[in-house]
Amino acid sequence: MKKQKQILEGSQAIALTVKNINPAVVSAYPITPQTHIVEDLAKIKADGEASYEYVRAESEFAAASIVLGASATGVRVYSATSSQGLLLMTEVLFNIAGMRLPVVMTCANRSVSAPINIWNDQSDVMSIRDAGWVQLFAANHQEAVDSHILAYKIAEKLKLPVMVNVDGFILTHSYEPVVIPEAALIKKYLSDYRPETGTYLDPEKPVTLGAFFTPEYYLETREALHNDLLKSLAIIKKEYRVWQKISGIKNGGRATIDNGLVEYYGPKKPATILIALGSVAGTILETIKNNQLAGKVGLLKIKVYRPFPSEEIIKIIGRVKNIAVIEKAISLGQAGPLYGDLKTALNANLSGRLNIKNYIVGLGGRDVTEKMLADIIKDVPRKNKIIKFRGKI
Amino acid sequence: MKKNAKKIKLITEAGTSLANKTGPWRTHRPETDYEVCIGCSLCSKICPEGCIEMVSCPERGGKLKPATDYDYCKGCALCVRECPVKAIKMKKDY
Repeated sequence: MKKQKQILEGSQAIALTVKNINPAVVSAYPITPQTHIVEDLAKIKADGEASYEYVRAESEFAAASIVLGASATGVRVYSATSSQGLLLMTEVLFNIAGMRLPVVMTCANRSVSAPINIWNDQSDVMSIRDAGWVQLFAANHQEAVDSHILAYKIAEKLKLPVMVNVDGFILTHSYEPVVIPEAALIKKYLSDYRPETGTYLDPEKPVTLGAFFTPEYYLETREALHNDLLKSLAIIKKEYRVWQKISGIKNGGRATIDNGLVEYYGPKKPATILIALGSVAGTILETIKNNQLAGKVGLLKIKVYRPFPSEEIIKIIGRVKNIAVIEKAISLGQAGPLYGDLKTALNANLSGRLNIKNYIVGLGGRDVTEKMLADIIKDVPRKNKIIKFRGKI
Repeated sequence: MKKNAKKIKLITEAGTSLANKTGPWRTHRPETDYEVCIGCSLCSKICPEGCIEMVSCPERGGKLKPATDYDYCKGCALCVRECPVKAIKMKKDY
């Protein structure tokens, strides 16, 4: 493939990539905190360079609902948002995941109010990390471009929505050399989206989507979604390699581990590891280099945050003494969300030292009975899975 | 998860929401006194469940009267509140 590098703004690079991915419907709300992504997509459409339906919504809630509805009719869709906009979409995002619709959306990560502030951090996405979406984080423009192509592949293969997170301003408003894969190349990897008949809304073959589930069934559907998310880790890894092969684009240039889920830069046995999501990884690498710490300090960049790649992370940090989790979000009243996730992953690994298990009970109105609790008490000392769904009928 | 765990289908046949009868959720049922009712159809228009239908009553010379579908009426009593002639009363349903 001819690798034509262009100097592009992050938002423009994403818009051009989405155009080449060729969705059928794009919907967004065009006011702050929005990015140039949807502005560029609107211009591309107005200039007659794309065939997608562009629906300008009256709010982010509506934009998310429009892509939900469009996706339910069995077509490829796209939206982008940020900050308060993402929060306004929250209810719909949970519905999209629960209905297993392969929606792909970009989140330009920015802080949330109050106080009013729309600069970069990752507070927005952390508020919906439990919605059931695959969460990808890009650290530079090229990664953002490739992540969107990967996102559609995973979404459509697994019937899971995927959010591509790019740091607001740092990536969305900055210029970098980047390769935009041509539509024909993308099509080689990502064939046209054709869901099976009977899985989408069609007047010829009507179905019910997003139906009502009583307490007898709800918990199992949540466990199924959870398990499918965990299973997607292996597929993300595989599809990442396939795209690298087809495109010839390699993101983790100097990384010693680069598997699509995480990237690791540094010595085999570092004294200290820094862990981060998104663009700050680049700054960390520069810091290590500029302070001549390459022999002692490593960087673990997490590219897939949900599902959480616990195994890959433990392999790298399991025996490291000093670990710093660098986060642009805080779960107020507790700790950084990534910090909590890492402790969970580490606890699963350090069996014997401290036994903390997690039992998921009572979802969707399922009764939590004395018998269930007595069984849990018996189960705690056993050496088995850390996270369990209890009370299944 | 057990391998043979129950696989629940998220996509179902069309029109299955009718299979979930929501009537048993109510504790009180609205009953309309056709002697008092003037057939204005306001109850049918404001019913949030859309389960009051105006039907023609042959024994009343074909006049339209509201028929409540108790399979789906949740007993919210909005019809009672809005009826201009107070023809609808809530009765114990348990």
